[in-house]
Amino acid sequence: MNAENPIWALISTFGLMSLFAVGGAAAAVPEMHRIAVEVHHWMTDKQFADAYAIAQLSPGPNVLIVTLIGYAVAGIPGALAATLAMCLPTALLAYYVSRLLNRPSQSRWPGLIQAALVPLSIGLMAASALILAESTDRTLAALLLTATVAVVASVSRINPLWILLVGGLLGFAGIV
Amino acid sequence: MSEDSAPAAQQPVQEPDGLATSAVPPGLLALFLAFARMSLAGFGGVLVFARQAIVEQHRWMTADEFNETFALCHFLPGPNIVNLSMVFGARLRGIAGGIAAFAGLLLPPTLIMTVLAIIYARFGDVDVLRRSLAGISCAAVGLLIAVVFRMMTPLLKRLDAVALILMLGVFLAIGVLRLPLQAVLLVAIPVSVGAIFLMRRKVAA
Repeated sequence: MNAENPIWALISTFGLMSLFAVGGAAAAVPEMHRIAVEVHHWMTDKQFADAYAIAQLSPGPNVLIVTLIGYAVAGIPGALAATLAMCLPTALLAYYVSRLLNRPSQSRWPGLIQAALVPLSIGLMAASALILAESTDRTLAALLLTATVAVVASVSRINPLWILLVGGLLGFAGIV
Repeated sequence: MSEDSAPAAQQPVQEPDGLATSAVPPGLLALFLAFARMSLAGFGGVLVFARQAIVEQHRWMTADEFNETFALCHFLPGPNIVNLSMVFGARLRGIAGGIAAFAGLLLPPTLIMTVLAIIYARFGDVDVLRRSLAGISCAAVGLLIAVVFRMMTPLLKRLDAVALILMLGVFLAIGVLRLPLQAVLLVAIPVSVGAIFLMRRKVAA
């Protein structure tokens, strides 16, 4: 359990990160990027963007981008360690808090705190979008694709999977 | 993975949300399988499928109970849907139920993700895969921007200046200045709670 052990680094990093991840997985992406790319150099910018794309394209909670980061650092044990560190502590916390709150009370603090967290989590997600766009949108065509998807997905209820597949096809064809 | 098992047998009559839940709590295996199924169906987010399965298909919770449970998991830290699986499973079957739902939600996609990671590590340099992933990344960022817009709409409609300033501040601190998340939140959360507390008092007065 020394500080150099990559598994331990993954567990402490993601365990701590999850406790600050208000607003879900998308809001934690900038911090994952900062830690994995800028602080520890576990991945390149491009690898991180690819990991995000794979996590979006696969079934399951989007938080599982940590599985890919963990694998890049320490293989299969790393993948499992990162996933559990990111998911288990907060799930147990949620379990204990829900037991506590099940005694009904009319406190207005939960509502107030929730309202206070909304703008923060939107800001975090916007920051995720910026950081990811900086690493993926290196050409004009790529920027146009991102912008088009942003508009189409904002105004329609089209299944995101189709949009991702179209993006993949455009990339496959060498257009973006 | 089979999508074809329960619904036909369980829904003799189409009824609106919010009706009585089924009397017998599901077993641990049923919880595990139900969450595995909604997780594998959930491309780009599991919440929609979770609600559909828990409230409409299995009737394990009423719509109101589900909203309450989700609101709690939303304002706690961590991946919301993962928190939800633990809280929900524990409500029905104690801590063992929580762990069964948690494992069902995470185990199958984690295995898939690990296989994808192995494939990427081996073939990530192959040009065709690299180009396709680049295209998917561009689209994925576009989707994220769209979600941000949708979430911002109520704030913009209300011209909620305080919330918009807080949002912009977090965006600049994290996205542009690249400050560490913990430091930013340690400042931003008290400021935001304080601001909204004062605003509500003013409205009430």
